[in-house]
Formats: sequence, C-alpha cells, structure tokens
Amino acid sequence: MALSQNEIQRIAYLARIKIDDAMLPRLQQQLDSIFEMIDALSKINTAGVTPMAHAQPLALPLRKDSVAEPDRRDHYQQAAPAVSDGLYLVPKVIE
Amino acid sequence: MILPDLSRATVAELSAGLTARQFSSLELAEAYLARIAAAQPTLNAFVTVDPDGARAAAKAADTARAEGKSGALLGIPLAQKDLFMTEGLRTTCSSKMLANFVAPYDAHIVTALKQAGSVLLGKTAMDEFAMGSSTETSFFGVVRNPWQPDAVPGGSSGGSAAAVAAGLTPAATGSDTGGSIRQPASFCGITGIKPTYGICSRYGMVAFASSLDQAGPMARSAEDCALLLTAMAGHDGRDATSLPRPKEDYSRELATPPSAKPLEGVRIGLPDVFFGDGVDAPVVAAIEAALVELCALGATTVPVALPNLGYSVPTYYVLAPAEASSNLSRFDGVRYGHRAAQYNDLSDMYQKTRAEGFGDEVKRRILVGTYVLSHGYYDAYYLKAQKVRRLIADDFQAAFAQCDVILGPTVPTVAPLLGAQSQDPIKMYLNDIFTIGANLAGLPAMSVPCGFAPNGLPVGMQLQGPYFSEARLLNIAHRFQQATDWHKRTPKGMNHE
Repeated sequence: MALSQNEIQRIAYLARIKIDDAMLPRLQQQLDSIFEMIDALSKINTAGVTPMAHAQPLALPLRKDSVAEPDRRDHYQQAAPAVSDGLYLVPKVIE
Repeated sequence: MILPDLSRATVAELSAGLTARQFSSLELAEAYLARIAAAQPTLNAFVTVDPDGARAAAKAADTARAEGKSGALLGIPLAQKDLFMTEGLRTTCSSKMLANFVAPYDAHIVTALKQAGSVLLGKTAMDEFAMGSSTETSFFGVVRNPWQPDAVPGGSSGGSAAAVAAGLTPAATGSDTGGSIRQPASFCGITGIKPTYGICSRYGMVAFASSLDQAGPMARSAEDCALLLTAMAGHDGRDATSLPRPKEDYSRELATPPSAKPLEGVRIGLPDVFFGDGVDAPVVAAIEAALVELCALGATTVPVALPNLGYSVPTYYVLAPAEASSNLSRFDGVRYGHRAAQYNDLSDMYQKTRAEGFGDEVKRRILVGTYVLSHGYYDAYYLKAQKVRRLIADDFQAAFAQCDVILGPTVPTVAPLLGAQSQDPIKMYLNDIFTIGANLAGLPAMSVPCGFAPNGLPVGMQLQGPYFSEARLLNIAHRFQQATDWHKRTPKGMNHE
C-alpha cells in the first residue's frame, strides 16, 4: 500500500502535526516501508478469532461516586503555558 | 567508612552494609553522585540529577535507621526512568515537549519506592516517549553503552541500563512496552524484568501504549530485581488496569539453601523461532552455553512452538502506534508542556506545538496510529492486529502447557553501533521480534546476562513465564547467577574513584 503525499497531509492534520512539504518525500518513503511490513498481517487467517484488546480480561472497575481527591488546581496549573483566574488560556476560537 | 566497589555493588550488598553501619546512606548517595558527575560527559545516562533531593532523602533514611527502622531498600540510592512522574522534579520523557515540565505528583511506583526508604538520585534518559530501541531519539542527546562507548545502550530504558551497568546507581526503574526493559538490559549486561501486565500500577507513568506498558526494575542481579519488584508491585485503584491481587514477596523462593540441582523439575521450552537464521552466531553460542548450565542445575528442555510470533512485529506496529496516537493527543500546548511561540489560531497552535515538540520517530508513530484508526482502515489494521494478538497470546498458553519457562535470546544481536540503525526504522523495529510477544500476551519476561560476543559486548537470555510467574522466573535467574558470574562482570574504565 502506498500513501500519497495528500493522504499524509490529511493524516497529519487529523493528528494536528504540521508537516513541511519538504519533509514529505522522505516521510512518504518511511511510512511506505512501515505499511509494507504491516501488510504481512493481511495474509493471516483470523476467521472466527475474537479480537484481544487487552492483556488481562478485566471488567471496568467501579468506585464509589464520592470526592476522593483534594482540590489541587492551582498546583496543577503551574505547569500550564498560560492561565488566568484558574482558567487555561487558548487563542480566541469564536470571533 | 568502608564503601564497597560501587562499580559492581548490588542492592543486597549495600543493604547489608547499611545495616552493619559500615557506611551511611548519605555517604553512599554522595559516592554515587560523584560517580554520576564523572560519567555524565561520556555516557549521558541521566537527564536530571537531583543532588539536594538525594542528600535530603539519604539523611532521612539515616535518621530512620537510627530510630530503629529497617528495610531492604532503606537508604538505597535508585534512579527513575524519566517517564515516571516525580513531584517537584523535572519529568521530560526525553522530549522537547516536556523539557521543562515539573511533575505535580509522584507516580505510584515512585511513591512506593520512596515509602520503602530509597533515595532518588535522578532521572534517566530514554528514547523520546519510550519510542525506540537505542535511546538515540532522546532530545537530550544519545546515551552511550558503558561496555563500548560507540555502541548504543539499547532502549527505550537505555539511560537506566547504562547507569546500572556503569555503577552510577545500584538499580533503576524501566518501562517495557515492546522490550524497553529487557533489550537495554541485554545490551548493557544487566538484569531486568517486565512483570505480568497489571502488576505495577501505571498511575503517573507517562502513557505510550496503555494496553502494553508495564513498569519493572533493572539491576545487577535477579536478587536485586526481586527486592525492587516487591516494593513496586501491588494493587492501586488509581490505575483501572492494576490487578487486585494480594501483595507478593518476590524474593520468597530465593532464600532456599543452594543445592546441586536447584532447577530440578523445571521444564525449559525452546521455540525454533528463537534459534533461527536471523540470530547472530555469538548470541546463539552464549544461549546454548547457558542452556548447558541450566541443565546442569537440573532443568530439562522441551521443544515448543510459537507459530505466530513472527507476526508480532507488524501486530505491535499497528497496536502501539494506535494507542500512542490517542495517548499523545494530550500534548496540545494547553495544560502542560511546550507551546509554540507563534501561531494564527487554535488549530495552528496545536499543529505547530506538536510539530516543534515531538521528534521524528514520535511523529512517525503518531501518523501511523492515526492512519490505522482512521475511517475505513480500522478493520483492516487495528481490528486485524487485535485478532493476531489473540493468536500470539494463545500460542504462549499452548506452549506453557508443555513447559514452565520459555528461553531464548532477548535480542537477535548484541548492541549495534550508534547511528547504525537510526536511519532505518524498519531494521530497528525487527530487532524487537523476541521481546514484543510478552507485551502482546501480557506475560512476565526477563533478561539475564549470559555471556559476551567476541567484540566484548554482553549477551542476554530471555526467560518468559506464564502469568504471575515472576517469583519463579526470578528464582531460575537467581540460581543461574549463583552458578555463573556473567552478571558480575563490569565494563572497563568505570572505576571513577
């Protein structure tokens, strides 16, 4: 399977990673070789096999619906690039 | 003060020395800090060293001991792989994205090791976000192999492996998603174990591929790994996949007195796939010699089959990038981490932040993961890989009906030279063929030093066992280490005194 450069740019947009056009030929070659390796899977007969999502057959554990953590908002926000009044600042999204 | 030779001292020996008051924890920490400072320019094993924190923790351990407290890890210096969150200390994942990120809380295993009284020396380098097998993708520069400085230490826990091998810390933590504890342990001649999935809480461990990631110890011996794992393991409600099992003492089988045939009754399974054409001759020779030793200790061998293991690499390179693309979407420049300096709008900010913050390998894997999860391709790739994952896991279950442990090389080669594979991602991916299976199936697996290639680089053998067989694997490795001295060898030039 070969990915076109347009497809790579579409995936890069979905992943929100800006890719310079100059990088595309090399990236295209690397992704092609990765998918060529992955395509080996298509040869395996998996009819009737239950997909394995996880190493252990776990049910989602439930806990009591009660406050378990203290409020550490200010502490956590110290790592943020931009905050104000306890809010995370981002560029304006609504004109 | 009589300090032992720190280039080869084990946790167990240091613990005995502390108990006998031969030296204090503070003296020990100072000695390791000096060794780290001397080795850092050549090996670059650490991203962050924390002398002040280490001294404070060492003093606290000395005070606790003076007050009558004891414990196998009380006052023992350790290093944490830089993807475990350490409150107040930088946690970078060796990425520009988190280059200045100071963690606001401790990971579960960090808390557990602190509560055991250990002393955190610093944070070790890794492949960026644990994606790599050579520690060459670290934003903070390559890490070198103490055995041969122009060789890679392996990865992704390459900083931890190099630090232990060079005696910059007696032990360290690692994480293993596709071999990231075992492969660098093999390349650096140390012992490391990836436990059964769910044994060590992932709380506070920066996520790569959540259904595969597992923390574990890296040390000079199986005995030391058992001591660390006992402290690290245990149920934690903050990780939904942490298994609710009673606490275990992973050293419990090690205390049995040595006998001539300590491995009597142990059936070692040997799959063909581990001894095929792709394995370098010196690696095969070392593994075969180790088998002779294990059989002399009473073990027997039996051929087993893992017919689908050959598909583990493509399976992994669908599932792990898929999970990574989802997990790493959190790095958006809003709540923590790098944010681009200039942007036009929110979408542009995300795209530039992530383009600047992530390195090439991380971007490649995010793109692969995004693609395999995208509309129209999910069934062909992601669902298909999940089905093959089941086949691989079932193969292991069938094999363990005939044997107690599966043995083979950890890696088909010894450590390659720096730069030899970094330009060819596929070649590097294929080297993970022997380690990925245990992650896909969720099984415990460890790497144990078992010899050297003629070029002087270490060879590791891998032991894989059924679910929850850590104590048994550690015991088999311990008996092997009682009969051999491969794990006691140290690289030249690491005596920095």
